[in-house]
Amino acid sequence: MADTERRRPSPEQLLRQVEAAERKEQRGKLKVFLGYASGVGKSFRMFDENRRRKARGQDVVVAAVQPEASEEVEEVLKNFEIIPPRLDLGSPCVDVDAVRRRRPAVCLIDGLAYSNPPGSKNRERWQDVEELLDAGISVTTTINLQYIQEKQAQVEAIREKRVLDSVPERFIRQADEIEIVDAPAEYSVTVTEDGERVHSEEAARLQQQLSELREIALVLVAEVVDHQLENYLRQQGIEQNYGTHERILVCVTPRSNASLMISRAKRQSARFHGELFVAYVEQDRLTPEDRTTLEGNLEAARKANAHVEILHGEDPVAAILRFAEKEGITQIFVGHSQQGGWIRSWRPNPVERLILEAEGIDVRVFPNSGEAEGL
Amino acid sequence: MPDETPRKGALKIILGYAAGVGKTYKMLEEGQRLLAEGRDVAIGYFEPHGRKDTIAKTEGLEFIPRKVVAYREREFEEMDTDAILARHPEICLVDEFPHTNVPGSERAKRWEDVLVLLDAGVDVITTMNIQHLESLNDQMREITGIQVRETIPDWVVNRAEEVVLADLTPRALLNRLDRGVVYAPEKAQRAKENFFKETSLSALREMALRQTAHEIDVRQSEDPPVNGNAVVTRTDAAGNDLHERILVHITEAPTTAALIRRGRRVADYLKADCFAVCVLPEAGNESLSAKSREAIDQHLDFARKLHIETRLLEGADEAEALVHFAHTNSVTQIFLAKPPRSWIPFFLQKRMVMKVIRLAKDIQVTVVADRRKRMG
Repeated sequence: MADTERRRPSPEQLLRQVEAAERKEQRGKLKVFLGYASGVGKSFRMFDENRRRKARGQDVVVAAVQPEASEEVEEVLKNFEIIPPRLDLGSPCVDVDAVRRRRPAVCLIDGLAYSNPPGSKNRERWQDVEELLDAGISVTTTINLQYIQEKQAQVEAIREKRVLDSVPERFIRQADEIEIVDAPAEYSVTVTEDGERVHSEEAARLQQQLSELREIALVLVAEVVDHQLENYLRQQGIEQNYGTHERILVCVTPRSNASLMISRAKRQSARFHGELFVAYVEQDRLTPEDRTTLEGNLEAARKANAHVEILHGEDPVAAILRFAEKEGITQIFVGHSQQGGWIRSWRPNPVERLILEAEGIDVRVFPNSGEAEGL
Repeated sequence: MPDETPRKGALKIILGYAAGVGKTYKMLEEGQRLLAEGRDVAIGYFEPHGRKDTIAKTEGLEFIPRKVVAYREREFEEMDTDAILARHPEICLVDEFPHTNVPGSERAKRWEDVLVLLDAGVDVITTMNIQHLESLNDQMREITGIQVRETIPDWVVNRAEEVVLADLTPRALLNRLDRGVVYAPEKAQRAKENFFKETSLSALREMALRQTAHEIDVRQSEDPPVNGNAVVTRTDAAGNDLHERILVHITEAPTTAALIRRGRRVADYLKADCFAVCVLPEAGNESLSAKSREAIDQHLDFARKLHIETRLLEGADEAEALVHFAHTNSVTQIFLAKPPRSWIPFFLQKRMVMKVIRLAKDIQVTVVADRRKRMG
């Protein structure tokens, strides 16, 4: 549905926003350090940053450390008060009640992806964190890409390894702050292989794998940042589109060379780590053949993982531009011909209008299939 | 020694999105790590900005003294490229990659000095912010309202073996700014009112994250480099040829610079070849006004700086000449500027754009938006 008003909040939305903001105010803040593999230095980064924070007088405690810490981490840990884990259930887990009694401003939890032993109040450590946040305690934590549930299939396909613990992506996405700890892939190669020196061919393969993981992690953080920025702008009623993220909109008709357009758009959006939209402006008087072709085109779009949208409106150009503005589109792909379908009902020339009226959006014009007549 | 070409040095870039995110710190951390491994590391240029933690990270690293350059009766300190070459460390740390050298220096830009070091076989680790990347210049102005003048052509960044991100959340950066870690107090206040708005910072950070992901992406795939001729032609499942050749249309219009940047950027992302063409009237260059000629020369020069091959054509009809060139050179996409707002150029350009689209037949035409209009 074309709804241009979404950016300007209604009174009810504003009220909900204020209430949500108040709830958020009382809740602790969650900060996540994300790494693409072990050995990139997440733990050290977290402890080092908070060592400085503590030196400035903030009340920071540690509630969980990794079973095997590097020398560097052991050293920096000496700066902190540590709330010992509960051991009564067999394996160590965060002592949520003790942390709540202690009530620090910030609680550091190194390693978010742990399952608590059977019989614990919360099954997963991220649920412990949720409890602390609800209690108004801010939590800073670390996680590796491979533990993010929605990314696991992708990571497994690359690493050919499986991990059991996981944290849902939405939990990471709702963090107040997320920071990536980036390091060149070569360094984690030497660290991750448990001290064993790897064969050079093996090392090259591993490096390739780690690069792929790095890319996934960077794009994930970029998406979180994009989402937060968009939310913020929307809340403030700011109609600003920074175009940081390429969003491609393909306009299809029964006559357009949809296969070519979608294929190009899919490739381009993949290259830019962007998003793909395919829209069709509904019109009457489609012949049954046209209807079938169109359905096929939209099916191809869904297969390409595009957001498919049927638009309505007397004026197709206006409908497309409304949708483009709402979604922050940066490139429109459109077919061009004089004959047939929607184009005939548009005057003056719709492609021309799109080009002239699209503000801040590139328009890429494709010749329609099987013809290349003049305008 | 016989005339054996020396091994080229490897370039590593630490990318950030603003002053104070920890680029220099990360560069020094790398240096310390390499030093601890027994490698021969030296600092070629370091900008302390009075930051305590950063200065502490230089401990134990050798400094190669800077050179004093006199300009207009004042003295400036610049990196001493000759001294570094004489010392020839295995790895050299060079802060502030996009820096412009003081007039009278041997080379105009620090990145040019770095290329000299690389050619001599010195590995370089350097730092830069995303807003200095040439192809993002228009978008940066849109985000920050500031026109960045010190830019680095994308091909220079492409030369790096690795681009690593120095990440910090905007909130943490703003805290640093408040505490006076990044700038002195009055400068910090000014910075916060301008460049350091949280929304701008978030947008810049997102660009830096995406750029770093892209830099990994291009280094992974098996395709040969962007401007190489030996690009493998591939097709998608439907048999559509995926290899693109992009043609950018150069005119005297001020929007041309943005058009060139956009064409370059899209070409890089698609691993496409990129050309630029300017169509001159049949009477040749002389029939143009001096102002027009100058603008066209500037744009052609700019395109060449971005490693875009340029060509001058002559023809009575701009659209026909352009499309003819495109057809004879297997161009797949023509990049044109959107017609400007003012009257006469609007009608001329509109007619030209529509004629190119009509003539182009199997070639796609991309009309590039004027992104400057959205500033606000």
